[in-house]
Amino acid sequence: MKRIFLFLAASLAGLIPLQLQAAGDHLNMGMVLEPPHLDPTAGAAAAIDEVVYANVFEGLTRIDRNGEVKPGLASSWEVSDDGKIYRFTLREGVTFHDGTSMDSSDVIFSIQRAIAEDSVNAQKALFEPIESVAAEGAGTVIVTLKRPTGHFLFNLGWGDAIVVDEESAAGNKVNPTGTGPFAFKRWVKGDRVELQRNDAYWGEPAQLATATFRFIPDPAAAVSAMMAGDVDAFANFPAPESMVQFEADPRFTVFIGSTEGETILSTNNGRPPFDDIRVRQAIAHAIDRKAIIDGAMFGYGTPIGSHFAPHHPAYVDLTNRYPLDLEKAKALLAEAGHAGGFKATLKLPPPSYARRGGEIIASQLQEIGIELEIIPVEWAQWLEQAFRGKDFDLTIVSHTEPMDIGIYARDSYYFDYHSGAFNGLMDKLAAEVDEKARYAVMADAQKRLAEDAVNGFLFQLAKHGVWNAKVKGLWENSPVQANDLTAVSWEK
Amino acid sequence: MTLFLVKRLIMLAATLLVAAVVVFFVLEILPGDPALVMLGVSAQADTLAALRAEMGLDLPAWQRFTNWIGGVVTGELGRSYTYDVPVSELIGERVVVSLPLAVMALTLSTVIAIPLGVIAASRHNRTTDIALTGAAQIGIAISNFWFAILLILLFSVTLRWVPAGGFAGWDAGFWPAIQSLLLPAIALALPQAAILTRVTRSSVLEVLQEDFVRTARAKGLSRRAALWRHAVRNALIPVITILGLQFSFLLAGTIIIENVFYLPGLGRLLFQAIAQRDLIVVKDLVVLLAGTVVVVNFVVDLGYAVLDPRLRSGGGHV
Repeated sequence: MKRIFLFLAASLAGLIPLQLQAAGDHLNMGMVLEPPHLDPTAGAAAAIDEVVYANVFEGLTRIDRNGEVKPGLASSWEVSDDGKIYRFTLREGVTFHDGTSMDSSDVIFSIQRAIAEDSVNAQKALFEPIESVAAEGAGTVIVTLKRPTGHFLFNLGWGDAIVVDEESAAGNKVNPTGTGPFAFKRWVKGDRVELQRNDAYWGEPAQLATATFRFIPDPAAAVSAMMAGDVDAFANFPAPESMVQFEADPRFTVFIGSTEGETILSTNNGRPPFDDIRVRQAIAHAIDRKAIIDGAMFGYGTPIGSHFAPHHPAYVDLTNRYPLDLEKAKALLAEAGHAGGFKATLKLPPPSYARRGGEIIASQLQEIGIELEIIPVEWAQWLEQAFRGKDFDLTIVSHTEPMDIGIYARDSYYFDYHSGAFNGLMDKLAAEVDEKARYAVMADAQKRLAEDAVNGFLFQLAKHGVWNAKVKGLWENSPVQANDLTAVSWEK
Repeated sequence: MTLFLVKRLIMLAATLLVAAVVVFFVLEILPGDPALVMLGVSAQADTLAALRAEMGLDLPAWQRFTNWIGGVVTGELGRSYTYDVPVSELIGERVVVSLPLAVMALTLSTVIAIPLGVIAASRHNRTTDIALTGAAQIGIAISNFWFAILLILLFSVTLRWVPAGGFAGWDAGFWPAIQSLLLPAIALALPQAAILTRVTRSSVLEVLQEDFVRTARAKGLSRRAALWRHAVRNALIPVITILGLQFSFLLAGTIIIENVFYLPGLGRLLFQAIAQRDLIVVKDLVVLLAGTVVVVNFVVDLGYAVLDPRLRSGGGHV
């Protein structure tokens, strides 16, 4: 054995020097999941946007690091008084990475492609309010809506609404051609995507000359990659349990930010006994959010009492609507005719918030007599059974789309909640363009969901950012699924 | 010999067909719609239908099966649902990682194990033998992914000699590529070497009891010459069998190691494809791996014939 080690050491020693990456204008960004392809208009995978959004592709508007709507390829816009006509003025001198220029015809093509019959856009609903789209010369686009839509400009900032070129659109899955500050260089499938600075960019040029996204699914491998310096940053580190280790190391900056992920105990409102509000209230009274956050997420996460992100200005703290109270929970169950409790299933998809959180919830609900059978499922199974087939009692999932409270108004959504009062609020919200009034409606909507105890509202998923202490300008929070590298630089 | 070859080729085709049928129907039963996986929780019913039609998922099962098998036979493996590139291209990109890795690991384990096994046998029950057997026992007990993490901690995190993972790519040059494969190959090779050492040792020990070894010594050959020229050669048949098994295992079974070192190899492709319901990739890969196992077994059989002239006449097996 000793000989073996001598042999190994000798063979390794012969192979130094290492590939030393010139720090200064290159960034290695680690990601857990590899995108299936690189076209954000043809898939729901967050990993697609996390590579190309704002880096390679841009839309008419863009969402900045604070979640605010900023001008993108449209330098300005005017909205008609009835809120139905949007007049976008496009930037001049914008070219795609293949050299063709971007004008109103590209914008119209992109929108029409998304709303077409055979569209495979995962967020087709975003474009549903659009009635027609027309050009006024090369530099102006007019979008007419069926009805006023308050969040329309925000929706145009999603990765699914980026502007593409008709000639290159079909090839965007493997060779994304956008207008952004970085151009696609190559994709070594299974390993990394390389980007390089777009010198013909219309705006402020990026400070990094090149950037590489490396895909590392295994949390232990991610720790080694950071420690060995193979990766400079992980915008969202896969293992919260490792954050303490990074915090203690002066080479790294750790930032616990917020995401748009409301993590909920999804409840099948259409299936007995969960169709009885008293049963759902009993569950709400039996859930100890702090124990779940501490036990499953190592303390990272913000408790929520409704389906709304705590960092949003319209947020209302409803975590005390149904405070932890086991006696009350048991009384409610008894009132609903389940004095002795009942049995149900809990389907858990792979992420650790679900698998670890599920075990804690099962033990918490056991206290009031609800016996949960835990069924671990893969994502594909979860989508097929729970999401599409509504074949579940309870499940845990994080809804990561920004501002997605509207899913509770959908007709046949998987948790089967139907409330005329809530739908009314959503219609009111869509028609309202005044910000203050919108926030008031959002507050009412949050209260409605909390009141009805639709799902077990657990916590807002935290973003565990860790990066080399010399790297500046990364997003601390993720208001949209993106790793915007536009402002990233190395400290000299 | 010709008859032997023909028999083998028929076996190969039959095995592949059975593998193809099994994998197709297992994936039919497995829940999970590839289109739904791609479009996620916000997708509308009409969008899903459009994508299913685009991927050909709306055809009846028998038609998809015949389309697929027909494609495989003519070398047209189809397009990956998720990556939207030809499967052959995907597999091609991954084979250049997994195959060199498997070959390196196998070479390493053979180079280490056979001499050590022979030495242990020739010093039967002496200190060297006991030490080597003990070390081999430890090597078998260590799981390769744990050993891999130790290697990373030492050589990547502490000494920074090699990257902790990833694959530089062959276009980055020969050495950077080999460097990326070195730790994974060692992690894979050592537990294999431990097994191989023990097999070699016991096999050589057995042969050393044979009459022909005594005869060789009696006609005046030195201990060393009798060992290397006569005993080892005859002891290699079980060793070759194990090597054949190990190669198949290495090629398919690198899933864990490829994850620990985040290498873009076949194992990870298979793993990813199952999770994303990229069914066409799963099917093609399973058939490819089954084919590899059959071919390797065939090569092993040829190896027996080279080592043991008695088998060349098409006689019995060992």
